[in-house]
Amino acid sequence: MDFDLSPSQREIKDVARELLAARSPFAKVRVAAEASAYDAALWNELVELGWPGIAVAEAHGGQGLGAVELAVLAEELGYACAATPFLSTATAAAVIQATGSDEQRARWLPGLASGELNAGIGTRELAADAAGAAVVLVIDGDETQLIAPPATGEFVSIDPTRRFATVAGDGEPLGPGAADRIRAAIAAEIVGVCQRALDMTLAYVKERKQFGVPVGSFQAVAHRCAEMLLHTESARSSAYYAAWAADADPQLLPEAAALAGAAAAEGGPSVAAGAIQMHGGIGFTWEADVHWLFKRAQLDAALLGGAKRHRAALARLAAAKVRQPA
Amino acid sequence: MDLTFSESESAFRDELRAWFGENHPGAEPEGDEDRRYAWRRDFQRRLAEGGWAAVHWPREYGGRGATLTESAIFFEELGRSGAPLPANVLGLLLAGPTIMTWGTERQKERHLSPILTADEIWCQGFSEPDAGSDLASLKTRAAKDGDEWVLTGQKVWTSAAQYSKWCMLVARSDPDAPKHKGLTYFLMDMEQDGVQIRPLRQITGEPEFNELFLDGARVPEENVLGGVGNGWKVALTTLMNERAGLGFFLQVRLRQLLDRLIEEAAGEGLLEDPVVADRLGELHLRTEIVRLGAYRGLTTIEKYGQPGPEGSLTKWMWSDTNQRLTQLAAELLGPGALRAGDPWAYELLRARGNSIEGGTTEVLKNIVAERVLGLPKSR
Repeated sequence: MDFDLSPSQREIKDVARELLAARSPFAKVRVAAEASAYDAALWNELVELGWPGIAVAEAHGGQGLGAVELAVLAEELGYACAATPFLSTATAAAVIQATGSDEQRARWLPGLASGELNAGIGTRELAADAAGAAVVLVIDGDETQLIAPPATGEFVSIDPTRRFATVAGDGEPLGPGAADRIRAAIAAEIVGVCQRALDMTLAYVKERKQFGVPVGSFQAVAHRCAEMLLHTESARSSAYYAAWAADADPQLLPEAAALAGAAAAEGGPSVAAGAIQMHGGIGFTWEADVHWLFKRAQLDAALLGGAKRHRAALARLAAAKVRQPA
Repeated sequence: MDLTFSESESAFRDELRAWFGENHPGAEPEGDEDRRYAWRRDFQRRLAEGGWAAVHWPREYGGRGATLTESAIFFEELGRSGAPLPANVLGLLLAGPTIMTWGTERQKERHLSPILTADEIWCQGFSEPDAGSDLASLKTRAAKDGDEWVLTGQKVWTSAAQYSKWCMLVARSDPDAPKHKGLTYFLMDMEQDGVQIRPLRQITGEPEFNELFLDGARVPEENVLGGVGNGWKVALTTLMNERAGLGFFLQVRLRQLLDRLIEEAAGEGLLEDPVVADRLGELHLRTEIVRLGAYRGLTTIEKYGQPGPEGSLTKWMWSDTNQRLTQLAAELLGPGALRAGDPWAYELLRARGNSIEGGTTEVLKNIVAERVLGLPKSR
C-alpha cells in the first residue's frame, strides 16, 4: 500500500510545476485567452519535451509511461490553467494506446506523440480541441468512438483558455475503459485547478487586511478555506485512484472513474467559486485571475458530463454490490 | 503509487479472517450494558489468547509487532466480521502505547500485560465540564501530600469508567505555571473512595459515558507518567494514538451501514427514484473518499513516521457522512426508522455525537486552517 506518487512521478510533477510557473504564468494565459488562441511557443516546448506522448509506448514514439503520469501532467497543466491542447491530445493518445486496435495505434500514435497531429476529446455536444483536430474521441453513453476526420461545429464557451466544438460524424469504437480513462484525466486536471484556486486564495487571505488583521484570521474565512481543501483532497484521492486503477487493476476502473468524475465535477466548480468569494470584490473582476480557474472548472465539469450522472452510476454500482456481495 | 497489499499483508488478512470465522463472539447479547460489556470482555480474552488483542504492540509486550498497515487490516477485518471492539479498547489503543512511550520499566511491567488480557480495564480522564476543545484549560487540581498526589475536580465523557480499574488522567499540578506547563499525567486507581462515578445519560437514552467526581483521590508518586509538569506532552501522545487504528474500524462500519441502507431502500423499491439514487450515490462517493483518505493517511504514517494533520479531513468527512447517511435513512425508511428501539433511530441519534467526539468539526477546521493551510491563528 503506497498511496503516494513514486519518486520519479514526483519528479515529473516538480519539473512540470517549475517549468509552467516560468513559461505559463497568468500573464501569458491572459494574453492567449484574450486573443482566443493557444500559446504556441509553450505548446512547441511541451511537444519537444515529449509530454503529448507521456502514456504512449516507446515503439510509437512516446515516453512509455502510464495513466498516473498522465494524471500528474494533467494536474499541473490544470494548475497553470495553461492555454494548450495538451489535455485532449495527450489523453486521446493515452486512450488509443490503452484501448485502441493495433491498426488505430499505428495510424494515430506516432503523429500524436510527436505533436504533428492534435486530437480532441469530449462528447458530441461538447468536445475540447475538436476543431482542426485530426481525430476526436467522443464518449457516447458508455462507449467511446474514434472519429476521424471529425465534422465540427462552432461552440464558443465561457472559457477562452480552451477551444471547444460540437462533433458530428461516424466513428470506430474503442475498447472497454476508454471513456473512463478520459474521465480520469479530466478529473486530474480539475485537481490542479482546485489546488491553484486554493493556493491563490490562501496567499490572498494572508495578505489582505480588513479591520486591521489578515482576513484569513477570521474563522468564517478560514473554515471556507478548509472546506476548499476538503474538496480538493477528495478530488485528488479519487482522481489518482482512477488513474492507478486504469493501468494496475482495470476491473476497478468503472467505479473509480465514476468516483473521480463525481468528486471532480462537483468539487472543481465549488472550490473555484470559493476562491472568487474569498477574494471578495477583486475576485469578481476581469483583472483578477481567479475567473480563468472558475471557467476552466465549469467546462471541465461539463466535459465530465456533470456530477449527477456519476452519482447515478455510483448508486447503480453500489446497489449491484449489495445484491451480489463479493 | 501502489494500492495493493503485499503477499504477506494478504496472508495476514487471510489468517485473521479465518480466526474471526472460528472465534466469532456471535450476536450482541440482549439485556443491559453490563451483559454487553461482559461479552466484549470475553471477546478480548479470546483475542489475547489467540495473540490478536494488540497486533500493533511490540512482541516483547505481547503484541505481534505488526506494521501499521497490518494494524489497519486488523481493524478493517474486525469491523467486517461484525465482532465488537474489544472491551479494553482505550487501554489497547491509548494507555498501552502511551505507557510504552513515557513509562518507566516498572510501569510497563505492571500495566501492559493486564491491559492486553482485559484483566484491568482503562478509562480516560481528560475532558472536563469547562475544558472540552480547550483541553489545556482543565482545572482538576493535583496537590502533593508527602509521596502522594491528591486529586480534586471533575471529569466528563469517561466511557467504561464503571468497569475500569485505571484511569489515564491529566490534572493541574502547578496552578502558577503557564496553561500547558502546569499539567501532569497520572495513572489513577479507580477503586478508591475519592473517586465517584455517575452515569451520563446521552441523547440515545443510554449511559455510554460517565462523569467522574474526584474528591481527595490519591495517586502515589510512582504513578506519575512522563514526569511532573510534562502532562501536556504525554497527553498529546495519547491523542495522537486516538485515530490510528480506530479509523479503519469506523470506515468499515460506515460502509456496512450504507450497504444496509441501500438494501432496505432497494426493498422498498426506492432505488428507481432518481433523487434517492443521487443521494445514495453521493453517500457512496463520500464513503469511498473516507476509505481512500484512510489509506492516504496510512501511507503518510508509514513514510514519515507520524500521522499528518490531514487525518482531520478524514475524521471530518466520516462524521459528516455518517450524519447524512442516518438522516437519509430516517427520511427514506419512514416512521418505522423513528420508532424507539429501532436500530436506525439509534444510529440517527448516536451520529450526532460524531462531529463532537474526538475533536469537533469546528476545531478540526481550525486545525486544518492553521496547520495544513498555514493561515493565521483564528479567533
